[in-house]
Amino acid sequence: MKIIKQEGKTVEEAIRAALEKLGIERENADIKVIEEGSKGLLGLIGSKNAVVEVKEKVDHVKVGIEFLKELFLKLPLEANVEVVEEETNEEQIYYNIESKDLGIIIGHRGETLDAVQYLTSLVINKNTNSYYRVILDAEGYRERRKKTLERLARKLAEKAVSTGRKVMLEPMSPQERRIIHMYLKDDPRVITYSEGKEPFRKVLIEKKETLDNE
Amino acid sequence: MKELVEMIAKSIVDQTDMVRVNEVQGEKSVILELSVADEDMGKIIGKQGRIARAIRTVVKAAATKEGKKVIVDIQEH
Repeated sequence: MKIIKQEGKTVEEAIRAALEKLGIERENADIKVIEEGSKGLLGLIGSKNAVVEVKEKVDHVKVGIEFLKELFLKLPLEANVEVVEEETNEEQIYYNIESKDLGIIIGHRGETLDAVQYLTSLVINKNTNSYYRVILDAEGYRERRKKTLERLARKLAEKAVSTGRKVMLEPMSPQERRIIHMYLKDDPRVITYSEGKEPFRKVLIEKKETLDNE
Repeated sequence: MKELVEMIAKSIVDQTDMVRVNEVQGEKSVILELSVADEDMGKIIGKQGRIARAIRTVVKAAATKEGKKVIVDIQEH
């Protein structure tokens, strides 16, 4: 991260000099005035220089894109990464990958895509106080997987209700477990919870005990 | 493969100049010995080894493409 402290006769002068040194425009900078500075008496006695701290604003979306591009270059895989603007906001950055080698990028049940997504989120959140959720999609994979998981959840909930036994799912990532919990949250017949340690944590679906068992 | 591990490691640690990757060729597999600054060990391993696991998963994907077995060994300095 580029950051410098700069002195100048006035605040304005100090800022201008700092921007020049960093080689950036004002809109890409965070500016903090440390010392206002004063002209002193007749501009001679007691004059004090202004001091500012200028920091280059980090473009988090760009940081992520650059990391992903370099990663695919080194893999090496031909892939195109773009930001999905309508899904990107103050809390979340959403990328989509297009590639001929989508199968490799996604991996078994999305394990490679999840790993790359996690590493990208570490890189993006490395030097920030705020936190961005990073989502990496590959030509609609996330939505397709969500539909599959919801279908599975519905089927297994039926099984739990009809057999009265708990049903255990395969180990899944936190995001995937969340999809199952959310989907069955409004089903009054079952409860869902997770058990085990990462990365083997799994969802269980159980028939809800009825209170009026006469 | 070595460059891939080096690039990922450098992107997530603080002391990038302390990142070293040494490639050891075995008969059927390649071992990549990765070492980082002591203070960065946590950043490369993660809680319950989550970061190390993610690195290995990505390397595995690259290795499968090349038809090789690659082991990432994280070492202390």
